[in-house]
Amino acid sequence: MTSPHPIWSVLGILIVALTIAAGLIWVERRLLALWQDRYGPNRVGPFGLLQVLADTIKILAKEDWVPPFADKPVFVLAPAIVLITVLMSFAVIPVAPGIIVSDLNIGLLFFLGMSSLGVYSIVLAGWSSDNKYALLGGMRGAAQMLSYEVFMGLSLMGVVALAGSFSLVQIVEAQRNLWYVVPQFAGFVLFVIAGLAETRRLPFDLAEAESELIAGFHAEYSGMKFGLFFVGEYLGVTLISAMITVLFFGGWHGPVLPPLVWFLIKTFFFIAFFVLMRAALPRPRFDQLMAFGWKVMLPIALLNVLVTGAVKLAWSR
Amino acid sequence: MIAALSVTDEIQDRFGNIVSAQTTRDHIPTLWTSRDRIPELLRFLKEDIGQPYRMLYDLTAIDERMRTHRDGQPASDYTVVYQLFSFDRNSYIRIKTGLTEDRLSLPTVTRIWPNANWYEREVWDMFGIVFDGHPHLERILMPKTWNGHPLRKDHPARATEMGPYELPEWKESAEQEALRFRPEEWGLTRTRDEEDFMFLNVGPQHPGTHGVIRIVLQLNGEEILDAVPEIGFHHRGAEKMGERQTWHTYIPYTDRVDYLAGVTNNLAYLTAVETLAGIHVPPRGQTIRVMLTELFRIINHLVWYGTFAQDLGQLSPVFYTFNDRERAFAIIEAVCGARMHPNWFRIGGVSDDLPKGWDRLIRDFLNYLPKRLDEYDTEVMQNSIFQGRTKGIGGLTVEEAIDWGVTGPNLRACGLAWDFRKKQPYSGYEQFDFDIPMGRTGDCYDRAVVRVEEMRQSLRIIEQCMNNMPGGPHKAEHHLTTPPLKPRTMHDIETLITHFLGVSWGPVLPPGEALGAIEATKGNNGYYLVSDGATYSYRTRIRTPSFPHMQTLPFLCRGLMVPDLLAILGSLDFVLADIDR
Repeated sequence: MTSPHPIWSVLGILIVALTIAAGLIWVERRLLALWQDRYGPNRVGPFGLLQVLADTIKILAKEDWVPPFADKPVFVLAPAIVLITVLMSFAVIPVAPGIIVSDLNIGLLFFLGMSSLGVYSIVLAGWSSDNKYALLGGMRGAAQMLSYEVFMGLSLMGVVALAGSFSLVQIVEAQRNLWYVVPQFAGFVLFVIAGLAETRRLPFDLAEAESELIAGFHAEYSGMKFGLFFVGEYLGVTLISAMITVLFFGGWHGPVLPPLVWFLIKTFFFIAFFVLMRAALPRPRFDQLMAFGWKVMLPIALLNVLVTGAVKLAWSR
Repeated sequence: MIAALSVTDEIQDRFGNIVSAQTTRDHIPTLWTSRDRIPELLRFLKEDIGQPYRMLYDLTAIDERMRTHRDGQPASDYTVVYQLFSFDRNSYIRIKTGLTEDRLSLPTVTRIWPNANWYEREVWDMFGIVFDGHPHLERILMPKTWNGHPLRKDHPARATEMGPYELPEWKESAEQEALRFRPEEWGLTRTRDEEDFMFLNVGPQHPGTHGVIRIVLQLNGEEILDAVPEIGFHHRGAEKMGERQTWHTYIPYTDRVDYLAGVTNNLAYLTAVETLAGIHVPPRGQTIRVMLTELFRIINHLVWYGTFAQDLGQLSPVFYTFNDRERAFAIIEAVCGARMHPNWFRIGGVSDDLPKGWDRLIRDFLNYLPKRLDEYDTEVMQNSIFQGRTKGIGGLTVEEAIDWGVTGPNLRACGLAWDFRKKQPYSGYEQFDFDIPMGRTGDCYDRAVVRVEEMRQSLRIIEQCMNNMPGGPHKAEHHLTTPPLKPRTMHDIETLITHFLGVSWGPVLPPGEALGAIEATKGNNGYYLVSDGATYSYRTRIRTPSFPHMQTLPFLCRGLMVPDLLAILGSLDFVLADIDR
C-alpha cells in the first residue's frame, strides 16, 4: 500500500477530526436524550442533524466579548491552547496503514506531552477571567490533570514494554495477533479513567462542575471562544477514544472490513462509552478524586509496570 | 386538655401570678406574661420543666391595634407570640407578651434557641419590634432600604396604595450599595494570620440553589469557614395577602407557598380554618384529601430526588423522576383540572367529587412507580460515588435538630421517629397503616433514605385510600362550607340568604385563634390564624419548614467544602417560596 502525500493526511485528519468533534455535539445530545427518555435535538434537518450547523452559525454570529476585568491576552490565548494541543496529538495517531501525519518514533511521549500542555488552557482561562468561580475551576482542573497525568503515563508503560517501542504504528503492528487489552487489562482500565480525567468529562468534570461552579474555568467565555473550549472537549474525547483503540484494541486490525472502517468503528464505540459515563455517573468531590488518583490508581499503575516488566523479563529468558 | 391544665399549673406554681391564660379554639394552652419575664419563662419551659418544650416552633407577632374581639386578653398594641413544641408531651404551648407602641422592645431569646435568630429578625422586619441583645437585628425578608414595616396594619398592602414607583439615579446607587456584602457586619473577618479569605457569592442566580437565594461563603481555599444565607428574594407578602383575601379566596395563595406541594398547603390552611369554624369534614372528603396530599408528597419527593442527584453531578435521574412526576400530575389533572397548583380543597371538604375512572388511574400509577423506585435505588442510592458524596456530610443529632427547629424528613433522618400524621393525626390519618421511615446520623444520605422510603409509604397510603374510599358527601354540611351546598337553597329563605352571603362576601368565621399544623412534604407546615369575626383573617401566620431548615445551613456546612454545600442544600429539600412566603 502506498502512502498518500503527507499533506493529504494532514488535511484529511484535520477535517475529519474537526467534523467528528462537531458532529459529536449532536451525537452526544441524541445519545443522552435516548438514555434519558427524551428526544434531544430533532428539529433542524433530518434527525436534527443540522443542529450543529445552526449552533455554529449562532456561536459565530455572537459578539466576541472579553470582560473588561479580564487579562485580555491570556484570556484570548487560553481557548486556543486546548484546541492546538489536542489537534497536535492527532498527528501521531495511525488511522490506517500509511494514513498518519507523522510516524514519530516517540509518538506516545509526544501524545503525553501534548496532553500535559493542555492543562495550561484550563489554568490560564480560570486565572485570566478574574472570576472566583473560574479561579476555583482552574485550580481544580490543574490539580486534577496534573495528578491524573502521572499514572496516565505509567499506565501506558506496560504497552510500551510489550511492543518494545514508543511509535504508535509499531504498537498497532505488534497487536496483529493479540490486542493489548488482554495482557494489559489493568493498563486499559487505568488509561480509560485517566483519559476521562484528561478530557474533564463527567464524572471528572470538577473544573466545570455546573451545579457547583456554574461553568467553572470557562464561566466568563462566550461566543466562539467558548466554542473552542467546546470543540476542544469533543476533540479530546475523540482523541482519547482513538488512543484507546490504538493502544489496546489493535488499531486498524480486524477481519473483512477495511482497516479505516475498523478504526472508526472502534473509536466510535469508545466515544459512545464516554457519553454513557456522562449519562450514568455522579461527580465525586475534589479531595475524593485526588485521593482516588494518588492512593488507588497510582499504586495499581506502578504494580502493573512492575508485573509487566517481570513477566517480560522472564519470558525473554 | 389535661396536659393543658397541668402546664398552666406548673408555670403558676413556679412563677406565681405572672401569667394569665387565654382560651383559643385550637385548645393549645395560651399564656400571657410580661416582656421582662419572657427569657426566664421560656428557659424554664425549655430546660427545667418536666417533659420540656424543647423546640421553638414559631415566633411571630400580631398588630393588635385594629382588633375588636379581644375578650379577656391583656391590652397591647403589638403581641409577640412564641409557639413551642414538646416532643415528650406531644403538644404545643403558646406564650404571648403584649407591647405598647411607646416601647416596642423586649429581650431576645437567641441565647435559648439558635433558631430564634431569624424569627426575631423577621418580627423586627415586619413589625418593627426590637429584640434587645439580638446579635444581628437586620431586615431579613424586605430589602435593607425599605421604609416601614409591612405587617403593621397601617402599611399598605397593594402597590397602588403606595404611589408610583420611581428609581432615580441616586436611589439606584443607594440600592446597589445596600446590596454590597460587608463581612464585618456578620462578624466575619477578612484575614487571619496573614491569610486572606475569599468571599464567594453563591446566588441569587446559581444552578445549585434551586431558586433565588444568596449564600455568601467565607472560604479558605475550598474549605467553608462560614456561610451567610440571605433570603427574601422570593418574598411575596403571602401573610399580608391573607389579611385582605376572604377565607375562601386565600386558598389559591396557599398553593404557591410550597409550590411543589400543591394541595398539601391547602390542607394546612384549611385545618386551621376548619378549627376556627368548627367544621368536621366528612370521611369521603377526608380520604380524598389524604389521597391527593400523599400524591403530592410523592410529586415533591420526585422533584427532590432528581434535582438532588443532579446537584451531585448525575445528569439522568432528573429526567426520569420528572417523567414519573408527569404521570402523577396526570392523575392530579384528571381529578382537579390543574397540575401544580390545583387549588382543590375547600372549606369543609374538597371542590368536587372524584371523576369516573379515578381508581384505574391510581391503580396504574401504583403498579408503575415501585419498579421505577427500585431502579433509582440502584442508580442513585447504591452508587458508590453518590454515597461518598453524601455519607457523613452535614450530619445533625436529634438534639441539634430540635434546637434548630428542624422537622419532617430532616428530623426523622436524625433518628427521631416523629411524624405528625401519626402523632397528631388529622384528616383521618389514624385509620391508615404506614411506617415512619427513619435515619440514624442525620447526614445527607440519611435524609435521602428517609425521603425515598417515604414515597413507598405514601404509595401504601394511596392504595388504602383507593381500596377503602368511603361513600357519602365530599363536603361538610355546614353553613360555613364554601361554596355552600346548593340543594336546599331554593326551598327556604334562610338557606338561600346564607348561600348568597357565603358566595358573594365569603363566610364569616367566628372570632378566635387557631393553629393548623400538618406534616407537609418538607416538614411541619402550620397556619396560625387570628379571626376577628370578619370575612377575612385578621392575621395569617404561615410557619413553614424550609425557613428553619435554611437557617441551619451555616451550622451544617462549616468546615466542609464547596461541593458539600451543594450536597447539603440538595438534601435539605427546600423551596424558596416556602422560606420567604
